[in-house]
Amino acid sequence: MLNRAKIIEVENLVKKFGSFTANDNLTFDVYKGEIFGFLGANGAGKTSAIRILCGLSPPTSGKAIVAGYDVAKYPNKVKANIGYMSQKFSLYNDMTVKENFRFYGGIYGLSKKQIVDKTNYFLEKLEMEKTRNVVLSEIPLGWKQKLAFSVAIIHDPKVVFLDEPTGGVDPITRRQFWEMIYENADKGTTVFVTTHYMDEAEYCERVSIMSEGKIEALDTPANLKSTYGVNSMNDVFIKIARG
Amino acid sequence: MKTLLYILQKEFIQIFRDRTMLPIIFIIPVMQLLILSYTATFEIKNVDLIALDNDRTSTSRELINKFSGSPFYHFNGYADDFESAQQLIKSGKADQLLVIEPYFERKLIVDKSAEIQIITDAINGSAASMMVAYAQSIIGDFNKNIIIEQNPSQQLGMPIEIGSLFWYNPELDYITYMVPGILVLLVTVIGMFLGSMNLVKEKEIGTIEQINVTPIKKYQFIAGKLIPFWFIANVDLAIGLLLAYFVFNIPVMGSVVLLFTVASVYLVGILSIGLVISTLTNTMQQAMFISWFFLVIFILMSGLFTPIESMPNWAQIINHANPVSYFIKMNRMIMLKGSGFMDIKEDLIILGVFAIALFSFSIMRYRKTV
Repeated sequence: MLNRAKIIEVENLVKKFGSFTANDNLTFDVYKGEIFGFLGANGAGKTSAIRILCGLSPPTSGKAIVAGYDVAKYPNKVKANIGYMSQKFSLYNDMTVKENFRFYGGIYGLSKKQIVDKTNYFLEKLEMEKTRNVVLSEIPLGWKQKLAFSVAIIHDPKVVFLDEPTGGVDPITRRQFWEMIYENADKGTTVFVTTHYMDEAEYCERVSIMSEGKIEALDTPANLKSTYGVNSMNDVFIKIARG
Repeated sequence: MKTLLYILQKEFIQIFRDRTMLPIIFIIPVMQLLILSYTATFEIKNVDLIALDNDRTSTSRELINKFSGSPFYHFNGYADDFESAQQLIKSGKADQLLVIEPYFERKLIVDKSAEIQIITDAINGSAASMMVAYAQSIIGDFNKNIIIEQNPSQQLGMPIEIGSLFWYNPELDYITYMVPGILVLLVTVIGMFLGSMNLVKEKEIGTIEQINVTPIKKYQFIAGKLIPFWFIANVDLAIGLLLAYFVFNIPVMGSVVLLFTVASVYLVGILSIGLVISTLTNTMQQAMFISWFFLVIFILMSGLFTPIESMPNWAQIINHANPVSYFIKMNRMIMLKGSGFMDIKEDLIILGVFAIALFSFSIMRYRKTV
């Protein structure tokens, strides 16, 4: 583990909203090509931390370096090197699949040819060739989530942040979704994922569990289970989240 | 630059795909121009007149006939007494009451002088003074006839003859005056509302979050939001100018190029105000309400309906910061007077400063962070 390159370095990161502390002194690293599970109960501070790492929200204090750039100083450099999939679907529902790919590809500075190639690649990969010219509002949620993930990685980012990507999605689509995650991690993309499904936590290389703004535990699923003397991530989570 | 083109492409796709917005963008301005140009008039026609004739002679009837013969008056009959006349005015069935005293005719012949009374419903002050002016001019005419009748031998002439010429709008046609102002109004409404709605819509739906996590530059995004509506508002103006020409017979006396130059500068300013509003608000409802607030103030103070010169001093000072009033003034000058660049130079420069300042402010206000 130690000889792997760090892609995210977080040191004493604090985020306060008024008197409320959303992130209380976070310190952790994420390695290149890792699938990093970022768990915690609702309101534990996951989304707030992800937003800081994506350059969407400046930290109150502390330091976060993502893909080689300090998020507070160079948010646009960070943004060029990461992908992000929000927990709320945020592609354009009134545009077609192709148009969404073209727009985001263009924004990330891909060439025309690259955009066409990527669009073809993803449509084939997702077996969604028929939906190329269909507006997103007419496509089922599970498919839209897979599209959102594809758009998030259209520019081959170094890190992709997935904020509850499988919320409200059927088990088969979830399975496919995780296959996509594995495939990209194998190619060297770091995947930073939050989830409420504990079976998904088992798929992660390492998992951190947040409670009340602090990271209470960070290790591989296997180590966490043996440390807490339980058989499933579910039980680990309940032990930590209940305090 | 390439990024901007991708943003513009996306904006145009969304605008033209919206089947409810599209007709609004192009039909509302046409309706506005047609309806407002005809209705926003201060001319008063068909004043309802009643007469309380206590004389009942041929002279008094002649006077009343003069009124009922005027295109501005509609004679609504005789009142029996003062109380019933009062009642008719109170109920709104009459606007003006003509009271002719007893022995009116005899006094005119014997004393060479008689009195009549005009009572006017003055709830609307400016309308009332116009009605009084109409009555005075009719009675003045009547007076003249009496003098001529009584002194047939005398050659009657006025010491000073006034020869008046009305320039630029020779028939004093109210529509001619209103149309250039209404054209400004419609591009302003389109610009401000669409400008303020569009960005905040992305906030409300949540699509802005995906945008904010891309390396898109702030000026690119704001320009991408401004240019489509800038283009559409200019098209609306062109449609409006064609209607002005073909429906109201009002050609552009000055340079059409200059007119669109002024409009283009103006629209950058107005759209930027809309964009600033949308950066300050979180929902379309809020943006709509704030836009409406500014729009009403800008338009009421702009000199569209009432002359700026007759506003109090403080209002005239505030108007120096009202882009709408600059454009209305310039549009009237170019369309009706044929004014050229040198005539409007100063106002155009001020408008240009507004546009640059507001556009920069909207870029500053747009935050890619939450």
